[in-house]
Order: sequence, then C-alpha cells, then structure tokens
Amino acid sequence: MFDQLLQQIVNSLLIGSVYSLVAIGLTLIWGVMNIINFAHGDFLMIGMFIAFWMYTLYGIDPLLSIPLCAAGLFLLGYLVYRFIVSKVMGGPGLAQLVVTFGVSIFLANFAVMLWTPDFRLIDHPLLSGTWMIGAVPLSIPKFAASLGSVIVSAAVVLFLRKTKTGKAILATEMNRDSALLMGINTDRVNALSFGIGSALVGIAGAFLSMYYYIYPQVGGLFGLISFCIVAFGGFGSIEGAFLAGIVIGFVQTLGGYFFDPAYKYAIVFMVYLITVWIRPQGLLG
Amino acid sequence: MGKIRRREFLVAGMSLAATPLLRSTAWAQQKTIKIGALYPLTGNLASTGLDCRRGVELAVDIINGKYDLNLPLAKTEGLPNLGGAKIELVWADTKGEPKNGQAEAERLVTQDKVVACIGAYQSAVTKTASQATERLKIPYVCSDSSSPTLTERDFKYFFRVSPHDGSFAKDQFSFLKDLEKTKKQKVETVALLYENTEFGANVGKEELKYAQEFGYKVVADISYAANATDVTSEVGRLIKANPDVLMHASYITDAILFTKTFKEMGFNPKGFVTMAGYIEPGYLPAVKADGNFMIIRSTFALDLAKKKPLVGQVNELYKKKFNLDLGENASRSFTAPFIIADAINRAKTTDAETVVKALRETNIPGDQVLYPWKGVQFDPKTQQNIYAIGTLVQIQDQAYHTVWPFESAAKDLVWPFPSWKSRK
Repeated sequence: MFDQLLQQIVNSLLIGSVYSLVAIGLTLIWGVMNIINFAHGDFLMIGMFIAFWMYTLYGIDPLLSIPLCAAGLFLLGYLVYRFIVSKVMGGPGLAQLVVTFGVSIFLANFAVMLWTPDFRLIDHPLLSGTWMIGAVPLSIPKFAASLGSVIVSAAVVLFLRKTKTGKAILATEMNRDSALLMGINTDRVNALSFGIGSALVGIAGAFLSMYYYIYPQVGGLFGLISFCIVAFGGFGSIEGAFLAGIVIGFVQTLGGYFFDPAYKYAIVFMVYLITVWIRPQGLLG
Repeated sequence: MGKIRRREFLVAGMSLAATPLLRSTAWAQQKTIKIGALYPLTGNLASTGLDCRRGVELAVDIINGKYDLNLPLAKTEGLPNLGGAKIELVWADTKGEPKNGQAEAERLVTQDKVVACIGAYQSAVTKTASQATERLKIPYVCSDSSSPTLTERDFKYFFRVSPHDGSFAKDQFSFLKDLEKTKKQKVETVALLYENTEFGANVGKEELKYAQEFGYKVVADISYAANATDVTSEVGRLIKANPDVLMHASYITDAILFTKTFKEMGFNPKGFVTMAGYIEPGYLPAVKADGNFMIIRSTFALDLAKKKPLVGQVNELYKKKFNLDLGENASRSFTAPFIIADAINRAKTTDAETVVKALRETNIPGDQVLYPWKGVQFDPKTQQNIYAIGTLVQIQDQAYHTVWPFESAAKDLVWPFPSWKSRK
C-alpha cells in the first residue's frame, strides 16, 4: 500500500513537471502580450516531430536534439508572431483570439498531410528502461524529462531576472506603455517572448518524445491542460505556472488513483474552476 | 432558317428544363448509386479512418468492376439489375465526434442525396449518424461498430453485419473456460479496464454480466478517458488489484500508452485479453516487440487464408492497390458496401422502403464473406447479423495469429503472459 502510494507520488511529480514546462511557455506569451496562443499544443507536436525525424533520419537522440527543437520552435514562434499575430495585435479582441486558433488547425492538418496520421515512437532512445528504487519503478526517460523541466524552468526565471533582455520582457509585462516610454522596443520584446515561449514548448516536446507516442493531434489535451495551469497559477506568472503544473500533476494522478480514473480530468478542471472562483487571479497572480 | 432556329432553341430549352427530372429518375438510378460513407478522416482516429476508407474503396472497386472472386456482385460490372449502375461513394469526415456524425449524415442525405449510408467505426458516432438516417428514412448498414446498443434500438433502417461487443465479451469468457478445460490453465479473477465512451462503457457492462454468468471474480472495474496523457494511476490500481487476467477495451492512443505503462510499472497478469486498439494497424509499428503476447478479439486475421482462399485473393488485390496487408479495420469496413449493393440490386430500385425490405431478406452464404462465418442473415427484430462471430488472435513475433477457437487456431497460444522482465 505504501509502495503504491509512493509510486503515485513519484508519478505525479514526473507528469506535473512536464506540464509545468509546457505551461511556462504559454504563460510567458500571455503575460507579455495578453494573447492566448491556442496553437501551443500544436507547437508541442512540432517539437516532438522534429525530435522524431532527427532520430529516424539521422540517428540523433532526442536528448541531443533539444537545442535544435528549441531553435526550430523559436523560429516558428518568431515567424508566427511577425507574420500573423503582430498583424492583429491592434485589432479587435476576437481577431486576436481566433488567429492562433487558425494557426492551430493549420498546423495539425499540415502535419497530417506531411507525415500521415500514424503514431510514431522513438524505439531506442539513449535514456530508456527503469530504475527500481526500493519497490518503486522509476522510468529513466520520464525522470530525465522531469529533471530537465525543472532545470529549464529555473533557467527561464534566472534569464528574466538577471539579463537585460529578460528585464525588458518583465518590464513590458508589467506596463507596456511605460516600457515603451523607457525606450524598450516592445514589438521586438513581443517577438522575442513569442519565440522564447515557443522554444520552451519545443524543449518539452524533445523530452516527451523520449517516451510518449507522437502523432499530429498529440498536442490537444496537453494544450488544454496547460491553459488550465496558466489560469490556475496566475496569468503571466512563471513561478505560478510551475507550481500549478506540479499541483495539477498531483490532482490528476492521485485523483485517478483514489477516486475513479474516469473522472481524473474532471477533477483537474474542477480544482481549476474552484480556484478561479475563490481566487480569480490564480495562485501567484 | 429563323423558324428552325427558334424550334431548336425551344427544344434545347425544354430539355434543359427537364434535366433535373431526368437526373432524379432515370439517370441517377441507372448510372450511379450514391452511398454515403462516414469515417473519422481527420482528428485523433484519422489513421483508423484511413484504414476503413481503404477497405471501402476496394469493396466498391470490386462491385463496380469485373473480378473473378466469390463475392457478391464481383463477377459483373456494377449492379446488373439496375442496368450495370455503378456505386459512387460520397465521403463524410466525422472527425471522430458524435455531433459531426449526425450533422454529416444529414448533409449526405439532404444535400448529396445518398440512398444509403455506411460507417462510422466509432460506436458513439454511428449511434448519432444512424439516428439521423432513421429519421430521414434512409438505410444504414454498419460493419465496423461493435456497441451492442446499436441494434437494441428497434430501428427500422439500421442493419449491422459484424459481431457486437456482447458476443465478443461472451467469447472472451468462453475462451477462459476453454483454457481451463483443454490447457488446464486456471483463471479465477479478472480486472476490467475500458475507455469511457459508448464503445468501452458498454463492453465493461457486458463483461461484468458475463463474468458473473461464467463465475469469475471481478477484482477491478476501471473506466478512463481514452485521450489521457498519463495512465499511471490506472495501472497503479490494476497492480493493487492483482488480477489473473486483464480485459481491456481501448482505442489506439490509449492502447499504446497503456502498453508502455504496463511495461514500465511491471504489471504482469497471466493474460491480457483486449479489444480494438491493440489490433489497429498503428499499434504494432508504435510498440513493436512490447505488443507480443497480447490477445485481441478479432473478426479477421490474414492467416484465415489457409482455410479460406478468398481471404488471400482479396489481400492480393488490397496489397496491389494500397501496398499494405489487409487488416482488421479495413476488412470489417470492406463488408458493408457488398451488403447494401446486394440489397439494392435485388430491390431493383434505390427506393428506401424496398431496399430495407431487400436488406431484411439478405441471405449471403458463408463462402462469400471474408470471415469464418456461416453467412449474413439479419435477425428480424434487431437487424443484427445472426451468423457474426468473433475469434481471438495473439501477437507473436510482432504479427497477429488466430489462436482461438482452438480448432481453427493457426498458432499455439502462449500462456501465461511472459513477464516484462523476462523479455528483452
């Protein structure tokens, strides 16, 4: 019984930290631009496919394609901002809402066209197998993904706090007009944060590809849960999103274990709704 | 000259005006017969939908062309009783969602004027789509959805050719009994695991019923969301329950995720007896050797060709057309077009009432179907094919082999399940 409980706690942490990394990218974009990127889940999918094709075509392990996934997604995010999102920034709210939704549908269907709807797995990643810690099996790739998520999240916080560019992003997030008056090129900051937010989800994609199946619709539920995490943690709060990701991991896993797996996502969304009801600004908003 | 021109003009005008009339009677009925095909062509189940689509396309090729095969309407071009009229497929994408099933079925009937519908793989979608056709009084022949409730609605226009989960569930328990009798392998406890939509939930219900009937103890009864991102809590509960046999009804994404999680967490029952997801063409390429020794309910396996040459012949055609072997889904969806075409041919019209009457009188012998069935004949009340039965296949060396009923087995069953640790 105790082993089982321990196992579930470990699993909660493993899935929760990956959720965190996915959500941090989303919250960064929201914080700076007040735009919800509905294509976030599909960006995750593209990241996974980059890792998959690097592995299949060139034999490069997902662990080593992390920088490439980050760079590729940075570029994708940057271009999507430059050529699509920036065009509607001054437009009506609905246009801003719908535009990334369009990108999402396009990417998912484009992926079906390019790569067929088949399911893929990376069969022999560098990191595979399980460690036994006492009676608790710990999946090595999941552990690596989780550890990587924590490191990358910490790096993002450091980057925002310590570097000039990071401070410019934070300043824009706090007050766009004042930042503009202080001589910060907010349009550049926008593009940069869209790129960085996307790069983060690209890294998450590389980690996930080590143990998760890959197909064009894989981003769906991840995207939805990360919206939930962003709102739960407090819109725009990096630390909030990290914490909320872990909490959601626990709620989902333990909720499924103790109550009924059929309702585990219902429990997740219920916890989210209750939080928003009691504390509309989110945990750390 | 001027006069003639005017007359020509009048004749042309009149024929133009009469065109819709002609099209709706003689032309449309004699030249092509429109059949609506509903499948999840995009979305989560797109790979499955594509597979079904291939099966349907080959079937229609065979009906429309001339083939030396022992299948209904294969030897003639088109439908001989309707002047060689050809079948024309009108595709509708359900995206795997019940609400689209209904909307697309309505569109097919009211806008595209199809005379019958087939599809839609997922039971939940077939349910809404056939509700629409029932209301619009258009026949619907299904050979790929397995929820028992579909044929328990007293529908007049809905027919199912393939076995349903009630009979599949019963088969699974008969298999466990057989195992005890012929192989001396005792099973006492089972765990039920199923996805929580129309298909899985009904399988769970049927399995629970038959477990009691056959005298097996159910130690876990778990439903879950098929699009889950993580299933460690489900597997945790299974390990705690420690059943002899796991019965799992899944779609493909969850089948892959569960297989990986079973291995990772070391869940080793004596046997995995599964449905649907594990026999999708995407399953084995994704999990590879980890899929070995799973047992899956099936209506079709290529090794049936040993006892039924028709299977091999159809597979040859399929391979030529799609560069792939015929699998479970494609073979199931392959059947419905023949049944509806055969009925329309006997009805000699596309009038819905007459076609439904012909469908009720369907009597296709066993040697004209791809499966080890005695044929196709519909129960007068439920309109379910009374001869449809299932088989069990097991994955061995990353291929599906018929293992039960033991008398038609192509390979020996591997039992108990070799533990994950012992396999490398």
